[in-house]
Amino acid sequence: MKNVKVYSTPTCPYCIRAKQFLKENNVVFEDINVAADQAKGEEMVKISGQMGVPVLDIEGKIIVGFDRDEIKKELGI
Amino acid sequence: MTLYDLIIIGAGPAGITAAVYAARKKMSLLVISRDIGGQAAWSGDVENYTGYQFVTGPELALKFEEHMKKYDILTKEGEAVTELKKAGDILSVKTVKGEYTAKTVIIASGKRSRELGVPGEKEFKNKGLTYCATCDGPIFMGKDVAVIGGGNSALDAAIQMANIASKVYIINNTSRLGGEEIVREKLENNHKVEILNDSRVEGIIGDRMVNGIKVSIQGKERTLPVKGIFVEIGLLPNSDFAKELDRNEIGEIKVNCRNETNVPGVFAAGDVTDVPEKQIIIAAGEGAKACLSAFRYLSQH
Repeated sequence: MKNVKVYSTPTCPYCIRAKQFLKENNVVFEDINVAADQAKGEEMVKISGQMGVPVLDIEGKIIVGFDRDEIKKELGI
Repeated sequence: MTLYDLIIIGAGPAGITAAVYAARKKMSLLVISRDIGGQAAWSGDVENYTGYQFVTGPELALKFEEHMKKYDILTKEGEAVTELKKAGDILSVKTVKGEYTAKTVIIASGKRSRELGVPGEKEFKNKGLTYCATCDGPIFMGKDVAVIGGGNSALDAAIQMANIASKVYIINNTSRLGGEEIVREKLENNHKVEILNDSRVEGIIGDRMVNGIKVSIQGKERTLPVKGIFVEIGLLPNSDFAKELDRNEIGEIKVNCRNETNVPGVFAAGDVTDVPEKQIIIAAGEGAKACLSAFRYLSQH
């Protein structure tokens, strides 16, 4: 199973959908709330080169936004 | 190809309400939408949806979605509609992924954010500049930010950001903020908020990320050192695919009080229409009306 991290805020609709999508596909992921953890927010900006949520880190592959097709491809689902 | 009784384009308050009504009428149904929840999902606090004294936009959108999912409704999420055509009595809806046909269609595709159209906007999109304060706001904890606009959504964004940022400039191009009186007063009395009326955005500056905004305030140039810029200057209707329909000067689909468009069998509801007042509760009500009109149309054709 690939190591998946989701940088998100609790209020962002695409974050909610991205996490829902992962759950529906039984993907285990680390849920990082950047609204509560400023250092993690800065980490997200650093790895993705931008400030929008959600950001997915799938074993080092960075996906910005809820890009369903890209996520599927990366996870092989 | 399946010929549905009804295809609903859009799954915001109008589309979802229409879908719930259609499911309860046992109509054969397909919902096609880019997202679920529409603009409601991007709203901050909602305090005027009857039955909820206080609910956030994302929470209300989830409630709508749960309600829709209670029924077995076929949904194509993440598909943008590119064309709507009528041949004989058959309506066909083309999307980026396929084509679907139905006897009736309800367009509930809502609106999208209008852009500023100034230098730097494209380069700094998601690099400090955002169209969704609800989503990206928390990233700007303790930073100085600017909210562009003077209507309800701008004021809503400013209220949200006043709780997060260290300083909030409101850049408003008229002489006084619009929006609700109660919200305006809250902002005027907040020491973190500076309201700049009669102001125009000239450009966005930064290197990798935003670090300032150039503004002309009552004719005088000033650069505000902000890290975040929230654009809330109104909306454009998502009606580009509906070229055969009568639309008003701003692109909203014209409907009568039964939600009928100029094409028989095609109905429209919510913010994409020329119905006055764009509110979650109004969109939901219009969605219900549109579905009942479509149902009546089917029974007569």
